[in-house]
Amino acid sequence: MLIARVIGTAISTIKDPKIKGSKLLILKQTDPKGNELGQPFVAVDLVDAGEGELVLTGHGSSARQTNITKDCPVDAVIMAVIDHLNVDGQVVFRKE
Amino acid sequence: MFIAKVIGTTISTIKDEKLTGRKLLILRQTDETGAPSGKPYVAVDTLDAGIGDLVLTAHGSSGRQTAITSNSPVDAVIMAVIDHLEVGGQVVYRHQ
Repeated sequence: MLIARVIGTAISTIKDPKIKGSKLLILKQTDPKGNELGQPFVAVDLVDAGEGELVLTGHGSSARQTNITKDCPVDAVIMAVIDHLNVDGQVVFRKE
Repeated sequence: MFIAKVIGTTISTIKDEKLTGRKLLILRQTDETGAPSGKPYVAVDTLDAGIGDLVLTAHGSSGRQTAITSNSPVDAVIMAVIDHLEVGGQVVYRHQ
């Protein structure tokens, strides 16, 4: 899984019939402090995450292990919203 | 999934029989505003995307979860054509 921040939304009308109705969010991977790294990616949102939140994303075939994404052409899902992150005994991120 | 821009077409006569009739588009990954970056790659198009369109691509075994690519030697598929991208409450890309 990756720690990532929700930065936006992708809207699509023409898409594979299996992903009709799925909420597609744009994310950027972050370090544990929430600093954004690298290029954005898109994941199916299963937990009603909001823009600005830190989340966990599952990738590859693991992303198809949920009831919503089973057998779908999906390689990334948001499966958790992060409340806080603890590194070396310090809380380095806390959800506002 | 990656956000990618369709930049061209691959034409091949000699290919695996399961790929016969499949449209192979050349793409480049983009940032959240649709600006291309990185190296090109090729994906099977299941949605009749056109050159210049922004699309979403699913990778790995997830690329074989569409009706068109099931059980094919394919590791990337276009599974959505993007209408618009919204970042920070602003529309940063709109399909023309």
